[in-house]
Amino acid sequence: MIEKQRKSLTNGPIVGGAAASAAAPGAPRVLGWKQQHQLIGLVFLLPAVVFVAIFYVYPIVLNIVISLERYTAKSFVTGEAPFIGFDNFIRLFGNPDFTVALQNTFLFTLNSLIFQFVIGLALALFFNQRFPLSRLLRSLFLLPWLAPILVSGAIWVRLFDLDYGVINFVLRSLGLIQQPLAWLTDPHLALVSVLIANIWIGIPFNMVILYGGLQNIPNTLYEAAMLDGANAWQKFRYVSWPLLRPVSTVVLLLGLIYTLKVFDVIMSITRGGPANVSQTLNTWAYSLSFTSFDFGLGAAAGDILMLVVLVFGLIYLRYAAREGR
Amino acid sequence: MVRKMLPLVSLLLAAALALSISSSAAAQTPAPTQAAAATGAVKLTEWDYFTSGGAGRSGPAWGDILNQCGTDNNITIDRQSVPRDELISKTLLAAQQQQLPDVLMIDNPDLQQVANTGALAVLTDYGVDLTGLYKNLIDAGSLNGKVYGIAPGINGMALFYNVDLLNKAGVKPPTTWAEVKDTAAKLTGNGVYGIAFSAPATEEGSWQFEPWFWGAGGDLKKLDSPEGVKALQFWTDLVTSGSASKSVVTWNQGDVDDQFIAGKAAMQQNGVWNLGALDQAKINYGVVPIPKPDGGAAPGPMGGEVLTIPLSSNQANMQAAGKLVNCLLSDKTMLAWAQLNAYIPARQSVAAQAAKDTPAMKPFVDAAAAERSRPGPPANLGPDYSKVSQPLWNAIQAALTGAKTPQQALTDAQKQAESAMQ
Repeated sequence: MIEKQRKSLTNGPIVGGAAASAAAPGAPRVLGWKQQHQLIGLVFLLPAVVFVAIFYVYPIVLNIVISLERYTAKSFVTGEAPFIGFDNFIRLFGNPDFTVALQNTFLFTLNSLIFQFVIGLALALFFNQRFPLSRLLRSLFLLPWLAPILVSGAIWVRLFDLDYGVINFVLRSLGLIQQPLAWLTDPHLALVSVLIANIWIGIPFNMVILYGGLQNIPNTLYEAAMLDGANAWQKFRYVSWPLLRPVSTVVLLLGLIYTLKVFDVIMSITRGGPANVSQTLNTWAYSLSFTSFDFGLGAAAGDILMLVVLVFGLIYLRYAAREGR
Repeated sequence: MVRKMLPLVSLLLAAALALSISSSAAAQTPAPTQAAAATGAVKLTEWDYFTSGGAGRSGPAWGDILNQCGTDNNITIDRQSVPRDELISKTLLAAQQQQLPDVLMIDNPDLQQVANTGALAVLTDYGVDLTGLYKNLIDAGSLNGKVYGIAPGINGMALFYNVDLLNKAGVKPPTTWAEVKDTAAKLTGNGVYGIAFSAPATEEGSWQFEPWFWGAGGDLKKLDSPEGVKALQFWTDLVTSGSASKSVVTWNQGDVDDQFIAGKAAMQQNGVWNLGALDQAKINYGVVPIPKPDGGAAPGPMGGEVLTIPLSSNQANMQAAGKLVNCLLSDKTMLAWAQLNAYIPARQSVAAQAAKDTPAMKPFVDAAAAERSRPGPPANLGPDYSKVSQPLWNAIQAALTGAKTPQQALTDAQKQAESAMQ
């Protein structure tokens, strides 16, 4: 049977193995069945490999190379960028804005994750109880996720406005503040403001995934818990929470990687200002490259960000592998 | 159950995708302006950043002027307007791929930096006639004694004041710093700020600050001199005293003009190009020069965009580009540009004519000759200007928001500028 198949394959106009055997007509030894399958598999893999190579590997390698060069506006025209080793990194670490950007990146990411997750989970639990119009409401909660981020950003800028913003108006009407808060221009508040906007944008993602996770928990478990006399908190603590754990981890890790690379939210609301106080590594790298035209320094900042993302990406992969087993 | 949600999620995703596609399509649609294509016409590409700007009509106005010169010279023009923020990065990428347009307009403080890359042609080699143009414009367009960029019009800033609001408060337009402070304080109240200016983290922030900085005797080579600190202290005091909004660090000049038109700011520091919008809004306004501390007009930075001819292998196109630029520099075009977009004509004799035609332009024309090219003298920073300007605008932001004292902010900025220039 196998013999027959081999024979037909050598005659057939099939990729890889057939071509190889055609090169040596009459040769008794052709590629084995298994090898042919592997070869065909590789061919199917090729588009993905090419895609990754062109769109991921090449830019990353290029970024690393540029971060080791004095790459300026002039380099674009002349194509010359002298190699300067780790000079860019030394300048980067010596820049006081680097500490701010690094610190902001962590504060921004950590707080985004915590608040998005907690609020997302609360909403998921809420919508998990059936009530009239719950489907409609749930869909409406997805809106922040659907609106283009630049549009959301422009709206938040209006909401945060010092003199005419709705947020200051409401807070003052409620008597919570006496003086309007300078959300976007107070160096202590600017990061908080972009954080609030980013949390708002991220809640739907957390809610949808966690809601899906909750829906997958069989009702029988809750019924059993009820028979054991569990109250609402105990049902959550001992049924929902443990069974939601795999979903939660995925949500948090994806959220982490997504938040580390957030760019448009900050660019459209504070542009990293005032005076760089709300820069994250991401926006700062952009401003180094495209405002200062110090592409080498910008690339170095990008390297650091990649390193951070890589570390968390590996954690995610490890986790995913363990779960898969 | 997750499966149940899938149709919903995919529907919403599809909607989001459609939204983003339609919005990006709208954003990317260039504003092509085709001149009448005659037979045998040369086709030139042109990039500028007049997306609308100013009175909201600089975009179409520039299109009209290009078209006129195109028709006169039998040239078809394919125009693309790119937002100011994106123009330089687009230009660099295009330079890398040798896809630069035949005529490229850039902001004048960027000119020396771009010329320094070696991407631009010397204009006089392509027959561009520079006779009678403002010397500071030639300065701004030159690198190492060769002219790479030139413009039909320049611009400058002054203080605009709302005549009605000043009369109501019983104050006169200010002529010294003490008077600016006083007048602004008296005009502040009831939801109106005494003065508005713009201090964003862009070149616009440095540009708006420079008249005060230079007026006090500041030097871009030494940002933290006592004179420089005095100027920044003055701006900071205007904000901390409440005479100017804390939002100035987020406003661009268009926002400032909106505040002034809405009557939310009694005075504004802004550019000559706003004359059209103010007339259209029927605001009763007056214009005074930005003063030096003890009176007299402060030297401001020279504003405006310059036209360049990027080097290319297509000599015929470069020659045609030279012809086009020459036409844009004709007296007729300069006057038209002054009319359409309230720019000061770049030739002194024509500027005098424009001041006669439009009295509101007179203070700006009077100040034009004393305006400084930002990379030019006295600091002569050349291509390094942006390495000083950027720390400067960050220092302005830090001081105005109270993150640092003016002294500290400028000391830090000076250090950063020095390290960037190494």
